[in-house]
Amino acid sequence: MNSIRLALHEFRFDQKVFWRNPASVFFTALLPVIFLLIFATIFGNDEIESLGNIPTTTYYIPAIITLALVSATFVSLAINLTVAREAGLLKRVRGTPLPRWVFIGGRVGNALVISLVMLAAISVIGKVLYGAPIPWSNLPAILVTLVVGAASFCCLGIALTAVIPSRDAASPITNVIVLPLYFLSGIFIPENEIPDQVLAIAGFFPIRPLFEAFFSSYDPASTGGGFEWANLLVVAAWGLAGLILAIRYFRWTPRH
Amino acid sequence: MPAPVIRINGLRKFYGDLEAVRGLDLEVESGEVFAILGPNGAGKTTTVEILEGYRERSGGEVEVLGVDPSEPTPAWRERIGIVLQGTALEPFLTVRESLSLYAGYYSASRDVDEVINLVGLSEQASSRAGRLSGGQQRRLDVGIALIGDPDLLFLDEPTTGFDPSARRQAWEMIAGLRDLGKTVLLTTHYMDEAQHLADRVAIIAKGRILAEDTPENLRDSGTGPARITFRLADGARPESVPGFGPVNWTSEESGSGPLALIETTNPVEDANRLTGWALDQGLELVEFEVRRPTLEDIYLEVTRT
Repeated sequence: MNSIRLALHEFRFDQKVFWRNPASVFFTALLPVIFLLIFATIFGNDEIESLGNIPTTTYYIPAIITLALVSATFVSLAINLTVAREAGLLKRVRGTPLPRWVFIGGRVGNALVISLVMLAAISVIGKVLYGAPIPWSNLPAILVTLVVGAASFCCLGIALTAVIPSRDAASPITNVIVLPLYFLSGIFIPENEIPDQVLAIAGFFPIRPLFEAFFSSYDPASTGGGFEWANLLVVAAWGLAGLILAIRYFRWTPRH
Repeated sequence: MPAPVIRINGLRKFYGDLEAVRGLDLEVESGEVFAILGPNGAGKTTTVEILEGYRERSGGEVEVLGVDPSEPTPAWRERIGIVLQGTALEPFLTVRESLSLYAGYYSASRDVDEVINLVGLSEQASSRAGRLSGGQQRRLDVGIALIGDPDLLFLDEPTTGFDPSARRQAWEMIAGLRDLGKTVLLTTHYMDEAQHLADRVAIIAKGRILAEDTPENLRDSGTGPARITFRLADGARPESVPGFGPVNWTSEESGSGPLALIETTNPVEDANRLTGWALDQGLELVEFEVRRPTLEDIYLEVTRT
């Protein structure tokens, strides 16, 4: 009970820090929305024939939600925890009675809430600007995908900090991992433009399966509540690997 | 007599083949400000980080507040405050928010506004930490270390890189901690800082304690006699002064005449006799100075190898 109160305390300050940091606001909150507007403008309301003639915007909404989630969890945690580690903030926290998991729990909770806010914002923008339907009947599947995805990508982001040597290396290393995967996974380019073999390879990495899970929920033609258990299992397996590596290799003291 | 707050016995620390700490013995009593003084690379931070529970030791016994710091417990962490060597602040939180954040980590924290006053940041209470000056950031560091109302406070080089006025302000604040009854372990490579703040000083170099005492005793312990220096007007240089034997004249070509140097363990009496002699002889003493060795002189002497 006391620990939950402490985690909420931590979360409250993490929220303040997030919204006051111009870099997090731009890259995590604004950039996904800008991407959605750009893609919708460029590709207009074309229809994707191979996906049952759905409008391109309907395709891009789950794609950009995937981008926003990865950005709020994996990218944000990898960069911000490295910066905090190199600034000595993590070392300082370790010198207080605060349990480690509460500190990490606050950061993960923050990432989860930002992901949820972005999912809602992108869905509403899609509905208002482009008339893309919000699939209310698939809400349970959407939330399960959100939670499994956010938790898994948080673990991966925390694990990644172990190989980032310095503050300056945090952003390049993180982006060199996610940017190619965004392209190969059909986030930036509609998947009907991407060779099947490429998509199959992308499917081994966690971004493509997460996108497929969100896509099923937002696809008007999907049945069965939009659940994609096989894809979620791939995402969760990556998350579990990240968790194990994070527990083993996460550092609280600066490397410099 | 209460048990010492810190007790170190034969502490050793290896980094690979390098022995950074080579058998340190130390006791810090409750309520004292204790300074570990030494040049860079002497083993100060290694020693303090072992005491803080950040580093494992290679040998020896260590007790901090009755607990072995290699097995820190939350209850033990409640009782210590740590100011690390580098400033560690969240730039986007204000002074008040930073202190409130850390206050939440402790079961019995001090009042946030009281700590803001204590570290002299009342006017900056609503400023973000990232916008404070270096000296103000360091005082916020100390404030955060104090927010849990610790019994023992570690200050690792609290004023390194400060301008003289910021250092004065920091000193005043640290001196104020003594009135709160805190035990303070301070590391520094500034002699004047140790002299100004500490009840006791241990001088360390190359992982060993070279001297340990009060700043006054370190000065008086005979490591160096006091020095009386003077010149005589008109460049006179008598061979001897009655009662002092031969005078050691250094021939400085500064145009102001040769300088006499007398080393004495009895500076007050000797100064009195010397001035009496000059008056009797009708000689004018120029640039007359009695100087006791500062801690700096001692420090330079003992760390010279």
